[in-house]
Amino acid sequence: MTSKPALHVVPEAGATQVKLSIRGVSKTYVQASGERVPALEHARLDIAKGEFVCLIGPSGCGKSTLLNLIAGLDRPDEGSVLMDGRPVTRPGPDRAVLFQEPSLFPWMSVVANVEFALELTGVAKRERTERAMDWLDKVHLTRFALAQPHELSPGMRQRATLARALACQPEVLLADEPFGALDAQSREILQRELQSVWLETRNTFVFVTHNVREAVFLADRVVLMSSRPGRFVAEHRISTPRPRAFEDVLLSKVVVDVHDHLLKEVEEAVASEAGVRGDLA
Amino acid sequence: MFAAIWPRAAIIAVVVLVWWAVYETGFWDRVLLPSPASVWDALTSNLTGPNGLIAVAYRSVFRLFVGLGVAVVIGTPIGLAMARWQLFQRSVGSLVVGLQALPSIAWLPLATLWFGLNEKAVLFVVVLGAFPAVAIGTAAAVRMVPPHLVRAGRTLGARGWVLYGRVVLPAAVPGYIAGLQQAWAIAWRALMAAELLVAGARGLGHLIARAGAQYDTSLVLAAMIVIMLVGVGVDALFSWVDRRVRRRRGLLVRA
Repeated sequence: MTSKPALHVVPEAGATQVKLSIRGVSKTYVQASGERVPALEHARLDIAKGEFVCLIGPSGCGKSTLLNLIAGLDRPDEGSVLMDGRPVTRPGPDRAVLFQEPSLFPWMSVVANVEFALELTGVAKRERTERAMDWLDKVHLTRFALAQPHELSPGMRQRATLARALACQPEVLLADEPFGALDAQSREILQRELQSVWLETRNTFVFVTHNVREAVFLADRVVLMSSRPGRFVAEHRISTPRPRAFEDVLLSKVVVDVHDHLLKEVEEAVASEAGVRGDLA
Repeated sequence: MFAAIWPRAAIIAVVVLVWWAVYETGFWDRVLLPSPASVWDALTSNLTGPNGLIAVAYRSVFRLFVGLGVAVVIGTPIGLAMARWQLFQRSVGSLVVGLQALPSIAWLPLATLWFGLNEKAVLFVVVLGAFPAVAIGTAAAVRMVPPHLVRAGRTLGARGWVLYGRVVLPAAVPGYIAGLQQAWAIAWRALMAAELLVAGARGLGHLIARAGAQYDTSLVLAAMIVIMLVGVGVDALFSWVDRRVRRRRGLLVRA
């Protein structure tokens, strides 16, 4: 596995300025059993300002690790993560994060959750409610502003979390399989909403998923990762104009391509793992 | 409403019937085991007056809340520090666990020497009984705050005291209330024990001691019933607060 050359992925020539730069980042976790698991090894990736990148790969490929490093929730063992050329050292509202589990604060109403985010970014008290309601309107939750989080469906909760994240007016939106636990219908609605949010804000989005269709539908660029150690092995550019439709034939073709590619990666990973650990059969 | 009441009424009826049956066999001396009727009589005829059951119970409940209040004021910051600093947990934390294991009534001989046979000695025993439970409950509540809520707070830009005060502490409230429920029960038992032994403290415990010395077993049992009733009442108060908080957060599973 280590013999495989690490792909240095750079944005297309002529692309605008680099927003996020992952420079030779390595991260190893020590499991409870004492086993050392290399989650990322010398990963390099540049993400342009306003780019929508989807990271995709088999489980254990370090997608979430990378996202946590960009968010500043964790520090790399080696290398650095730069935003606008400056190293990321801690979490901040300039990099909003959507996790798989909706993380609304259960002791606050939906609107109070959004207001709290506004308060942390320094919005004056009298403006907060109005601006929070604007954000809730964008994700079609105006009617549920005064509800408690647990009273919402999982999809609505994730939309409220999205509104709270966007209220910080982040420069970068990081998402770690945010729709992974939703039913197919809610997932599709949220994917459409995320697309329109991106079209409206043109922020930099980094979206981790293991759903190829989702990645192809949303991204400018789908970056494939290999597992153990995680590194970037290939990328697909999706140039289909937006707004995109799920029924798009061209998109479906790309989905098949990426899917095949991904499958090959997974098979290779399994084969190499079996090689290392001996025959499991 | 009926569904909530009948099981309680039924179990009381069963206890009273068994009691009455044992009483009627005459197996025990009728002075040592009074009939339910004479206990009921002792209960109703001693309710009012300056040394009646209501006034005495009021004094005990007042002491309970004073003692519990002091225990909360001492125990909460200790518990927060235990959850926050490992060194504090290892040093003060283990001392608190040790105190928790010690029945607080064991402090009474020292307390009476230090403060005399009075109110202060009783409160001292109550506070020493309840504050370790408050501290341990607080520390556990903070440690069990879901990590994803803390992560969310951090990514929104909350740090330091803001993160602590606006995310960690509110998230710990349900666990904190559970700790208080433990603490009040410990405080109530410590109070009754201390009142039994300290004559200066005119509470329900003292009433039992005095009535027992006078072979007034009916009044002893009547006071014991009042102690249980107060306990059920205080428990209902805490449970109500607990249910309210958990319902608001969607933590209450409805049967």
